[in-house]
Amino acid sequence: MALLVATRVKHYFGGLCAVADFNLELQSGELVGVIGPNGAGKTTIFNLITGVYRASEGSIRLRDIELVGKTPHQITALRVGRTFQNIRLFRDLSVLDNVRIAHYAQVRYSPLEALLHLGRYRREEERIIENSRRLLSIFKLEHLAGETAKNLPYGSQRRLEIARALAIDPELLLLDEPAAGMNPNEIDQLMEFIQWIRREFQLTILLIEHQMKLVMGICERIKVLDFGETLAEGPPEAIQNDPKVLEAYLGEGPVG
Amino acid sequence: MKTMRNAGWEWLMAQRWLLPVLIAVGFVLAFAIPEYNLLNKYVQLVMMYVGINIILTVSLNLVNGYMGEFSLAHAGFMAVGAYTAALLTQKVLPVAAYPGLFPLAVLAGGLMAALLGLIVAVPSFKVRGDYLAIITLAFLMIVKSVIENIDYIGGPRGIPGIKRLTTLPWVFFWTVVSIWVVRNFVYSKYGRGVLSIREDEIASDLMSVNTRRVKFLAFMVSSFFAGIAGALFAHLLQFISPRVFDIIKTTDVLIMVYLGGIASIAGSIIGATVYTVLLELLRPSTVAAMLGWLPAVVFDPLNEYFIRHLGVWRMVIMPLALVLVMIFAPRGIMGLREFRWFIPRRDLDAHRRPTVHGGSHGAARSH
Amino acid sequence: MSEGIVYWLQQALNALQLGSIYALIALGYTMVYGILTMINFAHGDVFMIGAFFCFLAAVYLGLPFVPTLLLTMLGAALVGVMIERLAYKPLRHAPRVSAIITALGIGIFLENFTLALAPYPKNIPPLLENVTWDLGGVSLSSLQVIIIFLSLGLMFVLDYVVHRTPVGIAMRAISWDKTFVPLMGVPLDLIISVTFAIGAGLAGAAGTMYGLAYPVIDPYMGIMVGWKAFISAVVGGIGNIRGAMIGAFILGGVEIMVTAFFPSTYRDFVAFTLLLLLIVVRPYGILGQPRTQKV
Ligand SMILES: Nc1ncnc2c1ncn2[C@@H]1O[C@H](COP(=O)(O)OP(=O)(O)OP(=O)(O)O)[C@@H](O)[C@H]1O
Ligand SMILES: [Mg+2]
Repeated sequence: MALLVATRVKHYFGGLCAVADFNLELQSGELVGVIGPNGAGKTTIFNLITGVYRASEGSIRLRDIELVGKTPHQITALRVGRTFQNIRLFRDLSVLDNVRIAHYAQVRYSPLEALLHLGRYRREEERIIENSRRLLSIFKLEHLAGETAKNLPYGSQRRLEIARALAIDPELLLLDEPAAGMNPNEIDQLMEFIQWIRREFQLTILLIEHQMKLVMGICERIKVLDFGETLAEGPPEAIQNDPKVLEAYLGEGPVG
Repeated sequence: MKTMRNAGWEWLMAQRWLLPVLIAVGFVLAFAIPEYNLLNKYVQLVMMYVGINIILTVSLNLVNGYMGEFSLAHAGFMAVGAYTAALLTQKVLPVAAYPGLFPLAVLAGGLMAALLGLIVAVPSFKVRGDYLAIITLAFLMIVKSVIENIDYIGGPRGIPGIKRLTTLPWVFFWTVVSIWVVRNFVYSKYGRGVLSIREDEIASDLMSVNTRRVKFLAFMVSSFFAGIAGALFAHLLQFISPRVFDIIKTTDVLIMVYLGGIASIAGSIIGATVYTVLLELLRPSTVAAMLGWLPAVVFDPLNEYFIRHLGVWRMVIMPLALVLVMIFAPRGIMGLREFRWFIPRRDLDAHRRPTVHGGSHGAARSH
Repeated sequence: MSEGIVYWLQQALNALQLGSIYALIALGYTMVYGILTMINFAHGDVFMIGAFFCFLAAVYLGLPFVPTLLLTMLGAALVGVMIERLAYKPLRHAPRVSAIITALGIGIFLENFTLALAPYPKNIPPLLENVTWDLGGVSLSSLQVIIIFLSLGLMFVLDYVVHRTPVGIAMRAISWDKTFVPLMGVPLDLIISVTFAIGAGLAGAAGTMYGLAYPVIDPYMGIMVGWKAFISAVVGGIGNIRGAMIGAFILGGVEIMVTAFFPSTYRDFVAFTLLLLLIVVRPYGILGQPRTQKV
């Protein structure tokens, strides 16, 4: 069964049609890339899936549950994690707290238990501290647990954002330009890393990227958007040679 | 969370057993001081005001500091607590025969205020910053205006002759409870939700935080304790009227919050204490006592002037102090920092670097 | 004319008078918000200072109406600029709450500072000979006419300044963008100060007229009137100059209606409830534009 199915999704900002007739079927375990020039509507699609905006038309279903009309935290609790194009960490909070916060939906204690620090409070807190530290150690951030997020170097902030998204315990992970600002060497590492976490956490990944090397290197399927319209869709080799795609990217150099 | 750096201080803060001891000693003193008149009545009164102001400051800090919203409604919640409790002790509960009923009245005041806090939380779902400030201010004005228009509760004249049931032990008790509960709340998933809302509300929602629920809870806890403080205040001042709970009262609490430091329990305690004591020191009688050594030629006219005008000048100096704090120390004395005594040990340990010999409690990092 | 119509005309006239005063003050809130997206909570107290300047000029300098008005506007403008330079400018890059708190603090400071210097309410002498005409049962005083027309006149001047003069264009440009517009040679600090000066000057004019209409003035008079003006600005869509004027006349009308039907103690209740409902339903006001946040 498909994990995520988007059918005929449209979105308008005032008169501007940011997404026109978007369709996507994402199978469990797939790694799919979304590419397209600036302003093509890629980030908007992530925002529609995660409930930041409500789609003007169409339906987005996750495991047959309709997402359109749900709030972001409801959708996130259905195990959808994401990162942001411009890093959006909780800048003044500690690295550990950034990851702990994303456990919100999984922590099971009532407000009363929280106010009195009784009942399930202790066990649950210990559980999420342990899980947070585990995630931080995977991302080589454990020694920085007490550091304020904004003091981290750029690369570590990017990693922390992915760690935070994984703290949601997602089945579907949305990565918005994870390689932005990285050098070729770092991109190679990131490619390996994405494939590793995909296996390790059994993820389905949808990723937006301008770095063709990364997209062509790891995605099984690629969707090309331009002006909110789907231009082409298919495996990397087909996309690389698609004349429509080449035209859309003219001036940005050859694809690949 | 950050703690303060300084070797001696570090050592002191590491002695966590001191906190319960201090609370126990505090309780004994709270009973002993009025019983054996260890301090004069005026000092006792000031101590009670300090306690009530700590409750107000800690609770407002939850919304304005930890959550980063801007609520001006605190005096309104206080009024609701004060009126509820005062009406209960004046007209319903036979407190004269059973003084043990007083805590029930105080609790009722807190619950009533919490109920209203729920209502005020609703607009905060949609708006924040300046607009939330306006909404909460409008709420304060409406509370005042409703009270003024109900004759049964005294209208604009208020309620005189309230029994003096607030005692030092009660104030101490509620101060400890408010600090404890707010601290517990802050160090829970809801408290972290509150912090994440301050940092980035949209990201918070996208990281599965139920922001509405968190806001409901934060406003409820905050207004509950404002109501408690109001109830205690009414039974100390023995007179309440709508004018007692106007925007000036909220501003007082705001000053204490921002002077002490946002998002800090220690800051709230320091801010409330410093501000209350400073205001008292600027009273004519205190100033006169301090200047008593001056020759009569100088002292008498000065004293005369102070008796007449110092009250007003206090209110000139205080807002000016607030502005200076905002310009030169916008985060207040303890902004975003905390005494380690108030941070649960589990949280402290979790933030520590992994050590080679397995965590020893001695070598704590400075933040 | 029938008694009913006379009554309503009379009320409408009163609403117009109240609305003009609210409008003059509302303009200051809206202009500062437009340019700095900051609510100048001390603005109502600048209006109060204006009324006291009017008192000083009229009683101690013995000036007639026009010089009093001009001097008051000038004095209030000076106070406005001083507040901006000393208290708000250092906080331009601080978190927004810092600015809000500072503004509240300045407001309380102005109130109590005035109280310290003038402990008792003051009486503003009648600077104008007040003639009352009877128009078929509706009584119209020359004072009302002057207040309404002077306010409208000032508003038209302002509207012209903002939309047609270089200063106004610079103001609007800066309210649009504070990073790049200054790079094109628009003097940011100067324009912000001019905005404060104009807003405070108008509040000063409002203080004078209010003082003539309701001659007993006290240091706390600015709080409620200031809030009402602020509500007007929000109703019209804060940041929008024409909206502020419309909002002020709407609020003036609503308040006069309420007092016509209910005890006057309900007036504030209704005004603030109106504000609450409006913010929840249409937070950007009548003429304002909704803003969205990009993710
Ligand atoms: N909140 C918003 N309000 C109005 N317009 C918006 C909003 N968010 C995005 N847009 C517009 O929608 C279009 C698509 O934007 P989107 O951010 O999805 O592009 P993108 O494909 O992610 O581009 P980039 O590669 O630059 O990140 C753009 O024209 C953008 O200006
Ligand atoms: Mg994008």
